[in-house]
Amino acid sequence: MLQRIRSAPPRYWLVVIVVVFFLGFPTTISSFLASEWAQALILAIAIMGLNILVGYSGQLSLGHGAFMALGAYTSAILAHRYKMDYLVTIPIAALFTGLVGFLFGFPALRLSALYLALATFALAVVTPSLIKRPDELTGGVQGILIIQPDPPQLAQDAFATITGIPMTTDQWVYYVSLFCALLLFWLAWNLIRHRPGRALRAIRDGDVAAAASGVNIGGYKMLAFGISAFYAGTAGSLFGLSTGFVSPDTFPVSLSIQLLVGAVVGGLASIPGPLLGAIFAYFLPIESNQWVPSQSWIPDQIASTVKNAGPAVSYGVLLILIMIFAPNGMVGLIRRGYDMLNRRLRGASDRETGQLPPDPQTV
Amino acid sequence: MQEFFQQVVSGLAIGGIFASLALALVLIYNAMGLVNFAQGEMAMLATFVAYALINRGISYWIVFPITLVIAFGGGIAIQRLVIRPVERAPILTLVIITLGLATLINGLAGFIFGYVPHSFPSPFSSETVDIFGVFISFRDLGVIAVSGLVLLGVYLLLQRTTIGLTLRAAAHHPEASRLLGVQVSWMLALGWGLASAVGAVSGIMVAPILLLEPNMMQTIIIYAFAAAVLGGIESPLGAVVGGLAVGVTINLAGAYVPGVGGDLQLAVGLAIIIAVLLIRPNGLFGRAAVRRV
Repeated sequence: MLQRIRSAPPRYWLVVIVVVFFLGFPTTISSFLASEWAQALILAIAIMGLNILVGYSGQLSLGHGAFMALGAYTSAILAHRYKMDYLVTIPIAALFTGLVGFLFGFPALRLSALYLALATFALAVVTPSLIKRPDELTGGVQGILIIQPDPPQLAQDAFATITGIPMTTDQWVYYVSLFCALLLFWLAWNLIRHRPGRALRAIRDGDVAAAASGVNIGGYKMLAFGISAFYAGTAGSLFGLSTGFVSPDTFPVSLSIQLLVGAVVGGLASIPGPLLGAIFAYFLPIESNQWVPSQSWIPDQIASTVKNAGPAVSYGVLLILIMIFAPNGMVGLIRRGYDMLNRRLRGASDRETGQLPPDPQTV
Repeated sequence: MQEFFQQVVSGLAIGGIFASLALALVLIYNAMGLVNFAQGEMAMLATFVAYALINRGISYWIVFPITLVIAFGGGIAIQRLVIRPVERAPILTLVIITLGLATLINGLAGFIFGYVPHSFPSPFSSETVDIFGVFISFRDLGVIAVSGLVLLGVYLLLQRTTIGLTLRAAAHHPEASRLLGVQVSWMLALGWGLASAVGAVSGIMVAPILLLEPNMMQTIIIYAFAAAVLGGIESPLGAVVGGLAVGVTINLAGAYVPGVGGDLQLAVGLAIIIAVLLIRPNGLFGRAAVRRV
C-alpha cells in the first residue's frame, strides 16, 4: 500500500490536493461565496457532460441548457407537487434527463455535425417559451419555488466542530454539489479510460475505421448523448436547489453558450478541463461588475453597459482566440508549459530519444 | 377566407425577410460548407449602422445602399480576420468560432448602442390597399418588393456575371479553380461579403416590425435556419421558397392553431427544422449527400 502511494504519479497528488481544497474551502469563506462556488461546481458537472459529448464523441450540442432545464423542472415538480424530498429527486431527475437524452440521440444519429448543431441551437432558443406553456405543471413565467432543505444534524455538528459556527443552507448545498461533482468526475474518468471511452474516441477520429473494428457506432453515440444529458440533468436539478427557484428565464440561450465556453476554454477532451472552464465561465460575468472602477466621473450608463456587454464580448473573443490558437484550452496550455519545463529540466535525456510527447488531438 | 388571404400575404412579407437571411446562410454554406451562426448578429449590427446614419438626418434611400456596402466590407473583414486562419479546420471548430463571433457581435452592439429598444423607420406607409377584397398594407408590399429585388439581384450576380461564375467555381472545385488562376481565398471573402450584405437587408426590413435591439435577430435566425433547411441548405432557390413557406406557415399557425401564438410560433420553427431533418434531410431542393468510403 505504502509502495503504491509512493509510486503514484504526480497528477494523483494533484487530485488529492484539489479534493482537500474543495472540502475545506467553505469553512474559510462566507456563506454567500460558498453558494457562488456551489454554482460553479454545478456548472462544472454540466460542462463535463457537454465535454463527454463534444470532446470525446465529437457530436456538437449547442442546446445543453435545455437538458439542464429538464432536470431542474423534473426535480422541482416532484418536490413541489408530490412533496418528495428534494435530495431524492436529484437522481430521479438525472436518470429521467439521461433517458430523454439517450432517446434524443437516436434522431441525432441521422444528422451531420452541422445539422445537429443547428437543431440543438434552435432547441436552446425555444426552451424558455416551451417551458412557459404547460403553466399548470411548470408555473408558467413565475416558475416554481423550491424549499431548500436544512442541513442534516450530522453535517451541522461536524461543521460546527471545525469552524465553530453553525452550517447554513448554502454551505450544505455546496457540499451536496461537491459530492455530486466528485462522483460524476470520477465516473467520467473511469468511463474515458475504459472500453466506452476508447470506442467514443475511435468514432470521433474516424467512424468508418471504428465501425470496421466492430464498434457499435449508433449505440455508442446514443450512449454519449444519454450520459451527457444525465450530467446536465444532475446539474440542472442541483441548480434549482442552489438558487431556490426555477423559472423559464433561468435557462436562456446564453446558458447553453456559457456551457460551451466553459468546455472550450477549459479544454475539450480532458478531465480537469471542465472544472477550470466552469470556474472561468461562472465567475467572468459576475466579476465583470467590478471591471469599471466606481469613480464619480464615469457615468453610470457606461458602467452598466460594460457590465451587460462585457461578458458577451469576452466570451466571444475567447471562443475565437482559443479555437484558433489553443484548441486544447487551458489544460492544453498547462500541459504544453509543463512539457516544456520538463524538457528544459531533463533536456539531454529527451534529446537522446528524440521523442516528443504526441499532441493530444481534441476536436 | 378574406382573413386567410390577409394572413398569407403578411406571411409572405415576413417570409421574404426570412428568405434574405436564409439566402445569406446558403451563400456561406455553398462557399465553405459551414452554417454561419453569426449571420443574424451581423445583420443586426448592420441595421444599427443604418439606424445611426438615419439619425444623422440622411435620407432612408441613401442610407440603404451605404449600409449594404458597409455590411459587404464588414463581411470581407470578418472572413479575412477570423475565418481565414481556420479555413481548413474541422467543422466543429468552425461552428464554435461563428458562435463566438455571434456572441462577440451581440456584445459589441450592446456595448456601442445599448440594450434599450429603438423604433426603426419604415419608408413605406402603413396604410392598406384593397386588392380583390384583401387588405394589404403598403409596408408588407414594400418588404416583399425589396426582398424580391435583392433575391433577383443575387440570382443575376451568381448566374449571369463572370464574378458569379468564379464564385461558384471556387466554392465547388477549389483546387481546379486555383489551377485556373482563381484566387479562391478571396472568392470566399467575397462570398462572406455578399452574404453579409444580403443578411443586412433582412435586418433593415425586420427592424420596423420588431424593435431594434441587440437580440432582435435571435428569433429571426431560427426561422432562417428553418427556411434554409426546408429549402435544402445548398440551394439559393430553396432558401427563398423555404423562407416564404416558413413565413406563411408560422403566420397561419399563429392565427388558426389554438395555443400557438406569441413566442410559441418559434416552436413551430423548431418543429419545421426537426421534421425536415428527420423526414427529408436534404430539404426540398437539395441533393442527397453522397459519401465515398
